[in-house]
Amino acid sequence: MIRFSHVTKEYPRSGVALNNASFTVAKGEFAFLTGPSGAGKSTILKLVYMEERPTSGEVRVGGIRSSDVKRREIPKLRRRLGIVFQDFRLLEDRTAEQNIAFALEVTGTARDAIPAKVGRLLTQVGLASKGTSFPRELSGGEQQRVAIARALVNDPVLLIADEPTGNLDERATRGIFQLLRDINASGTAVLMASHNLELVRRSEYRVIEVTRGQIVFDSAERAAAEQPAPPAV
Amino acid sequence: MRLTLREVSLGLKRAPLLSVLSVLTIAFSLFAFGLFGLVALNVSEALKHVEERVEIRAFLADGAPIEAVSAAVGDIAAFPEVAHVDIITPEQALARARKEMGEFQDVFDAAVLPASLEIRLKPGYRDPATVREVAERVKTYSFVDDVRYCEEWVQKLYNIRTIAGATGLVLGIAFAGVAIIIIGSTIRMTVLARAREISIMRLVGATDAFVRRPFLVDGFAKGVVGGLLALALAWVAYRLVDQTLGISSAFFKTGSAAVGVLAGGVIGLLGSAMSVGRHLRDV
Ligand SMILES: Nc1ncnc2c1ncn2[C@@H]1O[C@H](COP(=O)(O)OP(=O)(O)OP(=O)(O)O)[C@@H](O)[C@H]1O
Ligand SMILES: [Mg+2]
Repeated sequence: MIRFSHVTKEYPRSGVALNNASFTVAKGEFAFLTGPSGAGKSTILKLVYMEERPTSGEVRVGGIRSSDVKRREIPKLRRRLGIVFQDFRLLEDRTAEQNIAFALEVTGTARDAIPAKVGRLLTQVGLASKGTSFPRELSGGEQQRVAIARALVNDPVLLIADEPTGNLDERATRGIFQLLRDINASGTAVLMASHNLELVRRSEYRVIEVTRGQIVFDSAERAAAEQPAPPAV
Repeated sequence: MRLTLREVSLGLKRAPLLSVLSVLTIAFSLFAFGLFGLVALNVSEALKHVEERVEIRAFLADGAPIEAVSAAVGDIAAFPEVAHVDIITPEQALARARKEMGEFQDVFDAAVLPASLEIRLKPGYRDPATVREVAERVKTYSFVDDVRYCEEWVQKLYNIRTIAGATGLVLGIAFAGVAIIIIGSTIRMTVLARAREISIMRLVGATDAFVRRPFLVDGFAKGVVGGLLALALAWVAYRLVDQTLGISSAFFKTGSAAVGVLAGGVIGLLGSAMSVGRHLRDV
C-alpha cells in the first residue's frame, strides 16, 4: 500500500524534516504515527498524498511512484485516498451535505447518484439528522465526522488522518477514533498522526514513532524481530 | 458546465464587492486604453485628411494632342499607386485661381494658365519616395512640360505620420500592458479569496482543469462586462468632447468596438488563466 524507501525530505529554508526513513504500510492496516511536535509526522503524510516530493529516496503509494509521478496523475491518486485534518477544512458557507457533495462533484460523479450517496455517508458517520447544518452550527466532533464522510466519498483504500482528534475533547476523541476503527474494519487502511499518547498506547495498533525526522521506533519491526526467537524452554 | 456556472455564481454571491471592484477595475483600465484609442483614431483621421491633399501636378505643353493626353490619363490612372487623375483645362485652372485669390482677380484676366493633370495617390503611397517615383514616370510623357509637387511638405507630413504612428504604437502597448497587469492583479485577488476552496478541491482529487474552469468563465464574463462599461464611458466622453468643444470627432466603428469588448473578455480570460496557473504552480 505505502512504501517509503530511504526517504529524505529537505525544505528549502528549514532544512531536513525527514531523514532516510524506510517503512511500509500494508493493505487494510491501521498505523499510528507519533512523535514530538516538529518531528516530521505531517511531512510523512504529505509525502504519502504527494503534496510534497522527497528530496531523495522514493515513496510508493498504491502503485504510484514519487520518482516518476506526473502532476496530472496526482488527482487520480487523491481519489483513491481520504484525507482528514485537525482543522477539518470544511467550506464554511456550505452545509454538511453540500460539503460532502462537493467532493463528489469535483471528481465527476453523476449528478443523480450524489444525494443517495451523501445520505449513506452521513448515516455512516452518525450525522443523518445534521445534513442541512452549516459547519458553524456543528460541534468539533461533528465537523470532523463531516470531514471523514467527505474523505470516504470515493471509497478510499487508504485514509490519512493528521491529528484528527487534536481539537477535540476526550469524549469526541473516543467517538472519532471508534469511527476510524470501524472504517478500518471494513477494509480501509488508516495512517493516523497523533499526539495523544494515551490513545496510541491503549490501542492494539501498530505505532511508528518519529523524532527529529528519524523513525526511532516501529512496533511492527519489534514484533518481527521477536517472532523468529525460539520459545524459551 | 452547469457545475461551473453554479461555482461562478457562488463566487459572485460570496464576494459581491470584490466582483464589482474587479469589473470596475477592468472597466477603467479599458476606458483609459479606449480614450487613448480615440485620440489615436482622431489624430490618424486628421492626418488622413491632410494627406489626401498630397497631389502631383503635371503641366501639359501647349497644343498637346487630345488623344495622346486621354490615353495617358488612362495609363496613369492604372498605375498601382494612383487613386485618380483629373484633367484641368486652362479655363478650369483660371476659374479656380480666381476663386482662390478673389481680390486679385484682375491679375488673372490676361494670364493664360496651362492645362494640367492632377494626380492623387492611394493611401499608403503618399511617402516621399513613391511620390518622387510617380512624378518621374509622369515626366517621361513627351507632352508633359513640367511636374510639380511640394516635396518639402510631403516629406514633413511623412515625418509627422511616422512619429505619430510610432508614438501611438509604443503608448498603445504601454497602456495595454498596464491594463493587463492591473486586471491580472485584480483577478489574482479573486483567486486568493478562494484559495481555501481551491486547496480543498485539490485535496479531494479535482484536476487542475476542473479547478481552473470557473475562474476562466468568471474572468471572461468580467472582462466582457468591464469592456461594455468602458465602451459606454468612452462614448460619454466622446459626446462630451464633441458637444463642449464643438469638434466633429470620430468614434469607434461598430466592428472595432466589438473587438474592443471582446478583447476585454480575452484579457479577463488570460488574466484568470495566469493567476490560477500561478496559484496552482505554487501549491
Ligand atoms: N512547508 C514547509 N516549509 C518549510 N519547512 C517546513 C514545512 N513544513 C514543515 N516544515 C518543517 O519541517 C519540520 C517537520 O514538520 P512537520 O509538520 O512534519 O512536523 P509534525 O511532526 O507534523 O509536527 P506537529 O506535531 O507539530 O504537527 C519542522 O521543523 C517544520 O518547521
Ligand atoms: Mg503536524
